[in-house]
Amino acid sequence: MSLAEPAALPVAASAPPRLNIAMRFTTRFKASLPAYLLLLPSLIFLALFTYGAMGRVIIDALYQRATPKAPLRFVGLDNIAAVLADPAFTGAVVNNLIYAVGTAIPSIGLALLFALALARTNVVTSALRAALFLPVLIPMVAASALFLFIFLPNVGLLDYYLGRLLPVLPNWLGDPDIALYAIMIITIWKNAGYYMLFFLAGLQAVPEDVMEAAHLDGAGPFMRLRYIILPELKPTFLFVIVIATLNAVTQVDHVFVMTKGGPSNATNLVLFYIYQQAVEHYDIGMASAATLLTLAALMALTALSFRTMAKREGGP
Amino acid sequence: MKLIDRLYKDAPLATRNEITPKLGFLLTVLLAFAWLIPFLWMGVATLRPSSDGINLMAELIPSFKPTLDNMRDAWEIGDFPRYFLNTTIICTGILLVQFFTITLAGFAFARLDFAGKTLIFYLFLMQLMLVPVLLIVPNLRIIAQFGLYDTLAGVMMPFFASAFGTFLMRQAFEAIPTELEDAALIDGASLIQRIRHIYVPLSIPSFSAFAIISVTSHWNDFLWPLMVINSPDKRPLTVGLSVFTATAEGTQAWGTIAAGTLMVIAPLLITFLIFQKRFISSFVTSGIK
Repeated sequence: MSLAEPAALPVAASAPPRLNIAMRFTTRFKASLPAYLLLLPSLIFLALFTYGAMGRVIIDALYQRATPKAPLRFVGLDNIAAVLADPAFTGAVVNNLIYAVGTAIPSIGLALLFALALARTNVVTSALRAALFLPVLIPMVAASALFLFIFLPNVGLLDYYLGRLLPVLPNWLGDPDIALYAIMIITIWKNAGYYMLFFLAGLQAVPEDVMEAAHLDGAGPFMRLRYIILPELKPTFLFVIVIATLNAVTQVDHVFVMTKGGPSNATNLVLFYIYQQAVEHYDIGMASAATLLTLAALMALTALSFRTMAKREGGP
Repeated sequence: MKLIDRLYKDAPLATRNEITPKLGFLLTVLLAFAWLIPFLWMGVATLRPSSDGINLMAELIPSFKPTLDNMRDAWEIGDFPRYFLNTTIICTGILLVQFFTITLAGFAFARLDFAGKTLIFYLFLMQLMLVPVLLIVPNLRIIAQFGLYDTLAGVMMPFFASAFGTFLMRQAFEAIPTELEDAALIDGASLIQRIRHIYVPLSIPSFSAFAIISVTSHWNDFLWPLMVINSPDKRPLTVGLSVFTATAEGTQAWGTIAAGTLMVIAPLLITFLIFQKRFISSFVTSGIK
């Protein structure tokens, strides 16, 4: 650079960085282009059916459906308020909470028992694992068809065998006080074998020499369970609880096949309520409001559990 | 207790002279039998002649004169071959497109560096959080807007992208040594060629694990196809079975219901019994998202 061109200096000094940023941006974008092209097919479908659907739920929840008398109109949070004030919805939420807790605890407890008993692999334990896992594979609709007969009054399987022991039997699916618990049995039957797999995987992390040492020190089975096995299984527990909660909200096929939410809404669950609003009452606004509330609750729960998990593992 | 000892010989978490673990094992054995009772009833009721009457329908001891009449009736009442075909088309269609989308996206996350990687990663993660089953109402409206209501393509489309599959393939691809790719790069292989000839063949176990999870879940899916499909000849197995059950229930034809259920669940059960280990390890993988 010569001293004869002082005027050019400021321009020259300021231009390259700006050019640099723009150039860096284009080179970075160019370098990223192959990745974007590879991600595009997935992103198109995610955009439509995940983010698009989510946006759609939010918008639909703010509008009241068009009726022959009134056109579609913006109602703000009225749908949310209406859903919260609907006894059918609050009833479904309460049912779903009972259902979630009442299926999660027994199926997780049984899964732990199964996993502890069948931890070592041999011909016998493999066969037993397979037997316990079979219900996981069959459609909930098929399970419901089988349990429809099991719960059938008088001639059904349960009454046929229990009738020899008990004088009076309840109407399993017909009694509002019992029906919810009856359909819970199907869920426990169907999920315990699934959760067992995660506990079996988790048990492999329990060091055998520690177990052996504890045994030599005279620690009984409950002591070993309490102080060695359960601490090792903590992440598994957390994970299985999240899965069980999600299952409690998303598995409703048995309600469709067996009870249709009845008798008198006793087995109505949140997802079935959403379906009823959308498909039976054609009320997209109400259905969307209920979907939104459910998603918010589930996402809060998942986020919370991931945070606890991350904290325990020392992550961010 | 002798038998239990023999069956339970190398129990790890409990040893030798302790009674509690043995009781736990005994309880598990009893429950495993209880778990099989619905299947047992299904088999026995399928073969029971209707002449046994409704009062013996619950008897788990098989009839002395087994019959295939229930099978024949179920076959005639329900359009099972059609339902099978529809379900097979749905599962295969979803899986093929998924293989394509998850391979490409999984590779991008595993091996490429690009602007906004973290952001896009979180966008994928959102699909795991926003449970697709709950988004049925908006998705039905989107499908209807595309004119895909009452079509098998409409049943398939929301599942074409899979965040779980993408993360599974990302893990598989990350485990492949970069030296292999470098060698191909020197030979002048393009990006797509490297994916096809190096990454895909070496990730077959992950693909098969994903295939098992994907097919099982869509084979059993009910609510979504129930909403999308209107025509009887487009019903998948689950929707077909629910209609079939409702019809036969009215006529108290429980033997026929058992036979229909057996036909619907037999393919998956047989496949499971053949590939037990693969199935179980795939299901465990599916949990370790």
